[in-house]
Amino acid sequence: MSETPRPAPTDAGAQPPGEALLEVMEPAGAAPTQAITRVRSPLSWRAEVRRQWGRRRTTWAFGLLLALPLVLVGSFFFGERSSNSNRGGATSRIFDLAQSGAANFSLVLVFLASELLLVLLAALFCGDAVPSEASWASLRYLLVAPVQRARLLTSKLVVGVGSTLLATVLLPAWGLLVGGIFYGWDPLTNPLGENLTWGQFLPRLALAMGYIFITLLPIAAIAFWLGTRSDAPLAAVGGAVLVSILLNILDQLDALDPYRNAFPGHYSRAWQDALAVTPDYSDMLHGALWSLVWAVAFTMLAYRRFRRSDILS
Amino acid sequence: MSLRAPLIAALVVASSLAIAPGAPAVGAPQPTAAIAVPAAAPAADQVTPEVSSVPVGPEPDGTGVSLDVSVWPQASGKHPVVLLAHGFGGSKESVTDQASALHERGYVVVAWSARGHGASGGTIHLNDPAYEIADARKLLDLAATRSDVELDAPGDPRAGVMGGSYGGALGLMLAGVDRRVDGVVSAITWNDLADAFFPQAALNTPPTTAAGRAPIATPGPFKQVWATNFFLSAGRGAGASSASAAGPASSCGRFDPTLCRLFVQASESGTASPELLALLHAHSPKPTMAQVTAPTLLVQGVADSLFGLDQADANAQALAASGTPYAVRWSDGGHDGPSSHEAEETEASYQWLDHYVRDKASHDGPLPTAAFTYGIPATRSGQPSTLTTLPAYPGLSGGPLVTRELPLATAEGALVHPPGGQPASLIAVPGLAALGISLSTYQIAALPGQSTALDTQPIAEATTVVGSPVMRFTVTSDSREVTLFASVWRVTGGSVTLTNPLVAPVRLEVTPGRPTPVMISLPGATYELPAGTRWRVLLTSTESTYANSRVPSRIRITDASALTLPVAVGTSVGGAVAGGLDTEAIIALALLGVLLLLALGGWLVRRRRRRHLPARPDLADIPLVVEGLVKTYSDGHRAVDDVSWRAEKGQVVGLLGPNGAGKTTTMRMVMGLISSDAGSVHVLGEEVQAGSPVLGRVGALIEGPGFLPHLTGRQNLEAYWAATGRATEDAHFDEALDVAALGGAVDRPVKSYSQGMRQRLGIAQAMLGLPELLILDEPTNGLDPPQIAAMRPILRRYAETGRTVVISSHMLAEVEMTCTHVVVMHAGRVITSGLVADLVDSDDTTIVDLPEHVDHHALAAAVHALEASEGITEVRVDTPTRLVVVADRGRADVVAAAVGAGLPVVGVSSRRHLEEVFLGVISSASAPGEPIEPGDEGASLVERLRQVRAR
Repeated sequence: MSETPRPAPTDAGAQPPGEALLEVMEPAGAAPTQAITRVRSPLSWRAEVRRQWGRRRTTWAFGLLLALPLVLVGSFFFGERSSNSNRGGATSRIFDLAQSGAANFSLVLVFLASELLLVLLAALFCGDAVPSEASWASLRYLLVAPVQRARLLTSKLVVGVGSTLLATVLLPAWGLLVGGIFYGWDPLTNPLGENLTWGQFLPRLALAMGYIFITLLPIAAIAFWLGTRSDAPLAAVGGAVLVSILLNILDQLDALDPYRNAFPGHYSRAWQDALAVTPDYSDMLHGALWSLVWAVAFTMLAYRRFRRSDILS
Repeated sequence: MSLRAPLIAALVVASSLAIAPGAPAVGAPQPTAAIAVPAAAPAADQVTPEVSSVPVGPEPDGTGVSLDVSVWPQASGKHPVVLLAHGFGGSKESVTDQASALHERGYVVVAWSARGHGASGGTIHLNDPAYEIADARKLLDLAATRSDVELDAPGDPRAGVMGGSYGGALGLMLAGVDRRVDGVVSAITWNDLADAFFPQAALNTPPTTAAGRAPIATPGPFKQVWATNFFLSAGRGAGASSASAAGPASSCGRFDPTLCRLFVQASESGTASPELLALLHAHSPKPTMAQVTAPTLLVQGVADSLFGLDQADANAQALAASGTPYAVRWSDGGHDGPSSHEAEETEASYQWLDHYVRDKASHDGPLPTAAFTYGIPATRSGQPSTLTTLPAYPGLSGGPLVTRELPLATAEGALVHPPGGQPASLIAVPGLAALGISLSTYQIAALPGQSTALDTQPIAEATTVVGSPVMRFTVTSDSREVTLFASVWRVTGGSVTLTNPLVAPVRLEVTPGRPTPVMISLPGATYELPAGTRWRVLLTSTESTYANSRVPSRIRITDASALTLPVAVGTSVGGAVAGGLDTEAIIALALLGVLLLLALGGWLVRRRRRRHLPARPDLADIPLVVEGLVKTYSDGHRAVDDVSWRAEKGQVVGLLGPNGAGKTTTMRMVMGLISSDAGSVHVLGEEVQAGSPVLGRVGALIEGPGFLPHLTGRQNLEAYWAATGRATEDAHFDEALDVAALGGAVDRPVKSYSQGMRQRLGIAQAMLGLPELLILDEPTNGLDPPQIAAMRPILRRYAETGRTVVISSHMLAEVEMTCTHVVVMHAGRVITSGLVADLVDSDDTTIVDLPEHVDHHALAAAVHALEASEGITEVRVDTPTRLVVVADRGRADVVAAAVGAGLPVVGVSSRRHLEEVFLGVISSASAPGEPIEPGDEGASLVERLRQVRAR
């Protein structure tokens, strides 16, 4: 059979559909159980990246991230033209500093984005991965491909967390580039602290971004867990963001001291410590540890849930 | 660093203005704050103190006075005694915790309410040697008479004295006049009360010690807010004790009338009368400090705008001069706020007493604590300072005073003193520090025109300043009196922040118009200066917490010199504070460890369990075996109940059943998508669970296709195949896509597909890799008749290759034409199964067609008659015009019997349609016990049919 040349797809119209398939089929009874050979593990990370990459939500998320610095530059440009008078307020000082060089620009960008945008992206990348498959009804086909439940979660989680990491790295890097092009390559002028040279600033910025990434993990894990409980992507992403907002509110209550220290997000601003001239890493250590605790806990819940759940989508 | 800080600065500034008048009260009622926290001693057996009333010397007017005294006794043996003195405005109750802690450590503790305080009689003389100090000596006498107190000599108890603020000064003064005291712990207290209330930062000579201040003779400006505060807290004490012997004497409360009068005068004039100055000098440790021989621990706070570090420095100088053992400890607390190391300070105090009082250590031996301990402020507010030690106090006992010059960038400026002294700059707002606010309050401190800023150059290398920086400048004024308040600010980027809410007040008497050189001592504290830091010395003409002159003046500052900074490099103590793991980190780490262990344990258990999956070699040749499957959903609905069937090689098996029969649930269990409560599924001999590898031999279309909408048809198949991890060659994409017959649409995104296109693509996806078992749930959904017809031979021929196809469908005719075998399910059970040919065509069944409009009763009678005939096992009314007769006789006999029973037979056939079989078995399964009512039966069957068709 294999010797006969396969009919080209263009010839398919000449014969009834399926004829080509039947021609390549060999009788199965002859060799009852040929081993299935895998060249890669099921749902390899590469395969999962391909599934997620072309999606509109991915494009939009990264597009937004890349557009943010340009929007900022544009708004500064507008601000300069419209208000020639010296407003003097504290807010204008932040903005003035943002325009003082690449380092400040990227720092302001990180400051603006770390509170909500990055949280949202983490929830999106990790929370949407499983329920989106469920909503397309493709989840069951992945599972009968077959992809082991845990393997599916691992691939989804790795790619989701990887996307979050990419966003976290891309933001300041792109900010540095845009800031450098528009405002020059001056080192950091600290609004409250002292100035840092590039040699000091870049490793500190990397550390700060690493810390921000770790603080995003609890929200990512919560979103991921909600994603295994719900077939609606919005429920997972929105739920995680809601949880993060709720925890933020609870974190404001002094009555919860010191228990609120354990909340994910309590130390979310501790990354700024890394940029002080004499950095104090104790809060960052606390924040990172608590974040890991929550991230591991919710990831475990997600695995536990998904391993046992009946897939009815 | 906080970028948000400036945003909320405005808010805080507004609120601090509102609280400013009341703010000083925050620190005052608890002057012993720095050492008020008890050691973490177990309060297992609380000893109730013996309360007594001890008569002491009478008031100046002859009124008898007795003190309210509590003694914490020891049950057995001889013990050292500690006199525990309370702070101003407090009473013996305010030291109860400390008393208990000291009692636990083996001391007899004597606490008392000072004269004019609490339940004691008399009036407040502000530590008058003749009254308060004499009272304390009386208490020493009293202690010497106790049986549980250890004596050095008759009448000389082994005694320590401990106290903060008011009580601290009492301790120093008592030790100065009474040699019986063996150890002193004195916290946040004064050396010279006159200097504390009329502080003067202008110096005669440059300091030789860290926070030393040798002021010029002119008394400084009046510390109005603190003085008033003192005054008011004594008044509150009077209101609290109704048993007070002192009459309701005007606004003086329980103050001694003379003292009161002098204070009121000072408040009115804003200047010091010589009488008051002399009195305050006398009511200070200063005159008797040289006589103190008892080892003394001095604890002083940086956050203290009442008694600054210079007061402790002066006390330490006196002790060093007389060769008395001493240690100095600077805390970051004080009258303005709590210390971040209260526990450590309390413990150091107790150790000091233990060492010198209880253990009678030699005065020549080493100190029980570092000679000098100070805290380096944390980079962020709310964090504890880093404790640091030096082997000697800088400038004393052989300790060098190291200084560094910080040149100025601005060396001159001008300012005015406003008429009436208003508005006044707000700098030393005591409450602000206690609230943990470290924001820029520069706008309310540096009032335009009333201040001048002298900026330094950036410092070249990182420095820790320990003590009071000194600077020189020349003052020219148009009035005879110049008052200046100097504060130290840090300039970073665009913002200016106050290092400490402290001011160094300067009051000079000058000749108008003539430049006068002056050397001033800036507020003593510990300052951390990272490299590149710029400082700003702000000189203001007014300060809200001081009595400001009402006379206007113009002041010119010229020739300002470099700052002389006392610097030190100490040894930091406590690894726990400096970057190690604290409790919170340990808790978090422990939790993390537990979680990771749990995860690891779970993973290991599952790994082991997975290995023990039983295989069934006897079923290895059978593509699909379903045995005893049971599934009950969480809502209690038993969807599948003991379902068993199998599909052999080469078969096309149809799974039939009405809605809710459990077909889809069974399919999902077969694919491992949902777990079964009981029973098993074997594919080619291997048990199927979620994600079993054997599912790779199964292709499936379950409840409609599922695709990634943004990918094209071909990309979807490729993405699916990529998820299996198998080689691309094994997939046969082109052939599978040929089945789908999508033409050019394969390269369009799936979201543009019609339902039929998706369905065909779904079937193609199921066929990828030519699986041995093909499971298709409702494959004909959305297909048009030609497409259905085209699909039929494909499936048939697919099975002919030795593979197996399982189809669930409602298109009964379709199943009949496509399938070789059929399994009928109803209400979660398998009702019948077998070859399609067997089901539709059997020897024992005869179909009898009747004409229309046959009378019901006649028909029923005939049916009964036929049933009664010999060899007839069952007669079923299929429709009103059709009977199904099951018999073990030949077909000719059956027809004869039917005619004999009176049935108007118009046709006879052997073959039923699958639909009839289906409806028949379902109706018999759903109503097994009911008698056959032909009319009703027909109606319900039609109804059923309608239901099935409606699907």
